[in-house]
Amino acid sequence: MSGRTWVSCFVASALLPMVAAADPSAARQGELIHLLRHDCGSCHGLTLKGGLGPPLLPATLDGLPAEGLVAIILDGVPGKPMPPWRGLLPEGEVAWLVEQLQAGAIDVE
Amino acid sequence: MRIDRRMLLGGALATAFAVTASATELRGTGDLGLVVERADGALLVVDTTERRTLRRIEGLGDLSHASVVFSRDARYAFVFGRDGGLSKVDLLTGGITHRVIQAGNSIGGAISQDGRVVAVANYEPGGVRFFATSDLVPLGEIAATYGADDARSKVVGLEELPDNRFVFSLYDADEIWTATLGEDGPTVTARFEDVGTLPYDALVTPDGRHYLAGLFGEDGMALLDLWDPAAEPVRILDGYGRGEAPLPVYKMPHLKGWSVAGELVFLPAIGRHELLVVDKTSWREVARVPVHSQPVFAIARPDGRQVWINFAHPDNNVVQVVDVPSLAVVGALDLGPGVLHMEFTPKGEEVWISVRDADRIDIIDTASLERVTSLEARSPSGIFFTARAHRLGY
Repeated sequence: MSGRTWVSCFVASALLPMVAAADPSAARQGELIHLLRHDCGSCHGLTLKGGLGPPLLPATLDGLPAEGLVAIILDGVPGKPMPPWRGLLPEGEVAWLVEQLQAGAIDVE
Repeated sequence: MRIDRRMLLGGALATAFAVTASATELRGTGDLGLVVERADGALLVVDTTERRTLRRIEGLGDLSHASVVFSRDARYAFVFGRDGGLSKVDLLTGGITHRVIQAGNSIGGAISQDGRVVAVANYEPGGVRFFATSDLVPLGEIAATYGADDARSKVVGLEELPDNRFVFSLYDADEIWTATLGEDGPTVTARFEDVGTLPYDALVTPDGRHYLAGLFGEDGMALLDLWDPAAEPVRILDGYGRGEAPLPVYKMPHLKGWSVAGELVFLPAIGRHELLVVDKTSWREVARVPVHSQPVFAIARPDGRQVWINFAHPDNNVVQVVDVPSLAVVGALDLGPGVLHMEFTPKGEEVWISVRDADRIDIIDTASLERVTSLEARSPSGIFFTARAHRLGY
């Protein structure tokens, strides 16, 4: 099953309401991008082009509801290595990361 | 004057790795190694006797999760990049002698017993590709196809075996395959299905006899006896979680280089804060060692007296040391966030540890557990010493 397919399946079954939150501070944004590249990157690739986990490039995430992606990050994917980040990252920061990923706003090179 | 000159050299090193030993200077390579600077696509050539960086090699592409094998003359390194790049690097000159982009996404590789072939495990397209070590000319491919529609699986846990064979696991297909490379190219020699859910990495024992694949999807591991041509993979450590739900895993354990210390094998319990200790004869669990967090690497000192462990996010600042005879944790070091890898000097008196977020390599005395010195490196990850050239499964 392609990464896209399982993302879609999961999104369809687990929608979470989005929490409107202020953007993280500039310093925190830097920490989140560092975490994204180095920790998420250990499965999704340092340049987010995929690895054991699917790519996190705008083309991969295009058309997927942000709420569903936030839910995947917060709660993980049962039966797959994707772990839940709830407790480590607040929902507002996850929503900000998803927004950046979908917009292709992260310089990964 | 001589002392002044040395001091000058030391100062230059600390800032810019600009010092380059002359390529014409005669020297051996047995005490050299490479440090991966993954964010920069660069490698540092290091000298473990002098404890210094000799030179920096740039232009190696995406080195996240990069790994390295060495030619049997221990002069050349083959570097496997995440972006499918395969590079041959000369440790003595610091040059990239050959480089190919052989796939879209890859995870590592192995070098054949005779040193003539490197094999690369690919995620995209899923399979294994083979190249001549002399000039990286392609020698063929095994496509990791499975199921009715011939989907291609990501390949993990690729290891070389005696008799110039290879073994690997299919992450998406729950299979283990063995292969050989003849005059007409690569051939699959055995294909084992239903070995267990989501094999994510594997190791081969130092004698080349046993292949052990970690399973993400279940409590247990798949074990294949490669000396028995009729053997099928068997499940070991079945139900090690005793029915308890595993903790979330923020970094998958790496099995290559996991520990075989004498008659004991140290293995990760996925999603648990413990090491499983297994008897290498019976392949039964004989003990568990509670540790600080979820282990990523557990690596035996070359003499097998100690096992050093690092951990997954968010506990990746700590390294623990297990004493093998007593199976007790006898030391812990807090080196700062982002401890990614550890490599012992050939006979194990020191261990080099990459501390990614501190841009530092710490060199630790393994007897006193004291830091000997540190070297600068930018976001260092893997550390690979040439002593690997002569060990099976490295």
